[in-house]
Amino acid sequence: MKIFGYQLPAMSSLILWGILWELVGQFELTFFLPPLSAIFSTLMEIGTTKVFLKALAETGYAFFVGTFFAIVIGIPVGILMGKSRLIDELLLPWVNMFLSAPLTALVPVLMVLFGFGMKSIIITTALFAIWIIVLNSRAGVMQINRSLIEMANSFGASPKDAFFKIYFWAALPEILGGVRIGFIRAVKGVIIGQLLISIVGFGALFELYSANFLMKHFWAVLIVLFSISFTIAEFLAHLERKVAYYAARR
Amino acid sequence: MIRYRSYLLTFLSAFIVLGSWEIAGRIPVSYSFPTFVETITAFWVLLLDGTMFVAYGETLKPLVVGVLISAFLGIGIGLTIGLSKKFDWLLSPVFVVMQTAPLAALIPLLVMIYGIGLTSKVFVVCIMAMPVIVLNTSGAVRNTPASIIEMGQAFLGTKRDIILKIILPAASPIIFAGLRLGVSAGFIGAILAELKITPTGVGDIISYSRSIADYPSMYAAIMSIILLAVIFLNVLERIENFLFKGTRQGYASE
Amino acid sequence: MSNNTNDIDNAVTVSNVYKNYGDVEALRDLSLDFPRGQLTSLLGPSGCGKTTLLKIIAGLLPADSGEITVNSQPVTGPGPDRAFVFQDFALLPWATVMRNVAFGLELRGVNQSEREAIAEKYIGDVGLKGFENSYPHELSGGMRQRVGLARALSVDAQVLLMDEPFSAVDEQTRRKFQEDLLNLVKNENKTFIFVTHSIEEAVYVSDQVAILLPRPSRVSEIIRPEGFRHKDATSIRRDSEYLDIVDRIWASLRTYVE
Repeated sequence: MKIFGYQLPAMSSLILWGILWELVGQFELTFFLPPLSAIFSTLMEIGTTKVFLKALAETGYAFFVGTFFAIVIGIPVGILMGKSRLIDELLLPWVNMFLSAPLTALVPVLMVLFGFGMKSIIITTALFAIWIIVLNSRAGVMQINRSLIEMANSFGASPKDAFFKIYFWAALPEILGGVRIGFIRAVKGVIIGQLLISIVGFGALFELYSANFLMKHFWAVLIVLFSISFTIAEFLAHLERKVAYYAARR
Repeated sequence: MIRYRSYLLTFLSAFIVLGSWEIAGRIPVSYSFPTFVETITAFWVLLLDGTMFVAYGETLKPLVVGVLISAFLGIGIGLTIGLSKKFDWLLSPVFVVMQTAPLAALIPLLVMIYGIGLTSKVFVVCIMAMPVIVLNTSGAVRNTPASIIEMGQAFLGTKRDIILKIILPAASPIIFAGLRLGVSAGFIGAILAELKITPTGVGDIISYSRSIADYPSMYAAIMSIILLAVIFLNVLERIENFLFKGTRQGYASE
Repeated sequence: MSNNTNDIDNAVTVSNVYKNYGDVEALRDLSLDFPRGQLTSLLGPSGCGKTTLLKIIAGLLPADSGEITVNSQPVTGPGPDRAFVFQDFALLPWATVMRNVAFGLELRGVNQSEREAIAEKYIGDVGLKGFENSYPHELSGGMRQRVGLARALSVDAQVLLMDEPFSAVDEQTRRKFQEDLLNLVKNENKTFIFVTHSIEEAVYVSDQVAILLPRPSRVSEIIRPEGFRHKDATSIRRDSEYLDIVDRIWASLRTYVE
């Protein structure tokens, strides 16, 4: 939007919403919305406490281990599916099913199988992220130009060379797209896992704060989570745009 | 042979997966891992004694109400954002943040505000389902091919005509896809609400059978809701393909 | 045979039109007259502003300054006296051929039975009888543009604005279209304004070719290929005057091609 001929930056309206929030808080219209400034000063206080840092570290750990497994398993499986029709036909129905399935329902199963702890949260995170990574890697391989593969064959590339030097790179834009969506899903997964298994990380903090009606603390944690997930999403979108140049002219 | 190949492979693949489930259950890999046959039996028991129907009546209530509210509000807001630059600037960022943020974290807060009743659960479904509906709708409106809008202007269409007869029909495939994704997110919300807020409906079967270590029933309930969601979304996708068959093509560029 | 150029009746006049896109000067002091009942081509290399000029005449874009008149009335926006044929056809993909052809009339508030009767006639005229209930995606590119043409004809505007209408169809279809267009100009008493980047096409179909040169656009030359207009459609392409004019235009345009 333009004001007096000056183009306003894309996300600038969030500042307006922040001011509105501050006003609602200052006039104490509702108990649930403390002023934004108070939330930030609370954030400064708890931001350095051990509890908070421990929750952050645990969440980060679960997130990175979960996405690591999702990527390390998901990309090769996707590439294999794109290359081999048999594997594709065997796996695709399941991948599609889990992609649209409400995976939240599986958390109780993970809890009874793997216990109330980090392991279940990591698996939840990986489960949220992996299917889209598989599907995008598969799509990336399937759209590879036939002549590129024939070129590799005619120059006598070994299967290993073909896999790492052709398939992976040619499918890279789609793979990265899948990883980006996978990361966004993993953020949701790691939070949902912690909420349901509420004795680790931020899940435990949420329980503590909401049980004691510590609104400022609650919002402070929420804002940290929202900003981190938003930053991750934007960063990955930026990376994806950087490789998009060669996606367009393959 | 070739004709039946894909059916055969689907069947084979189901057989392998369910077979390994059965074997893993028989070893057993874990005390709390029932076999496939036990799970299916528990499923039929729950279905035949009516427990399942009562439970789904309860579970689907917040889902249906929430999705309806989200569809109504979401498409309305999406259209406003898509048609007006001011509202685009004002509201788009809010929904973009909502889309990427783990909104599930708001649940404890919603419980504090609205208690543990239906309202909270409907709210959970709404905050999960709404962003994708809004963003799809506004994106679809904004991406209406410029040339057919120009055509409407050249042939003297009023603003109202152009919105109702050109922009809306052009956007409807993407809006519908947004609704499908909204329903998908709504399922997550409904289940989350039942597991986190108060165990009712299917969530109740899951929690109760877990507490008495009746694992087959627990697995059966979980399997049933996943299957229900997958089948329902699949049907929606088929309706979508049927309704909008061919209408995504037909431009000169193809 | 030739018109007397002094008291010629102009259906459309463009005088002293300027148009800028930001800092880019698209049209500078452009003036051009379009004689009634004739076909005028706007010909030039890409980026010469020919489509911009056409859209300004259509009322889809405002000019920064200058005046456009249609039947001596100044243009302020789209009007019932002009109909547009789009380069990419601009068909509604969810509507049948019948509804697409009748869509211009629908927007003008003509009732259904009346507008379908009119559309029916023009669907027949452009040779799409039997396809009334087909959808655009079921038609070939050439057939889609026939739908676009029928839509423009059915609103019965005196001026037909055509923006590279044949550029998205294959070569054979294109030749057929050009022959059909000659008959259309002869039989319908309409004024045609035709944007193209094909020299052969412009010379073949036009009563008057306006050559536009780019950045900023101005009319560099107006050519009236008249000697072979009376010949039948098939022998024009072998006429020596036709070939001479094509060569002459290419000679003046070639320096502008990268």
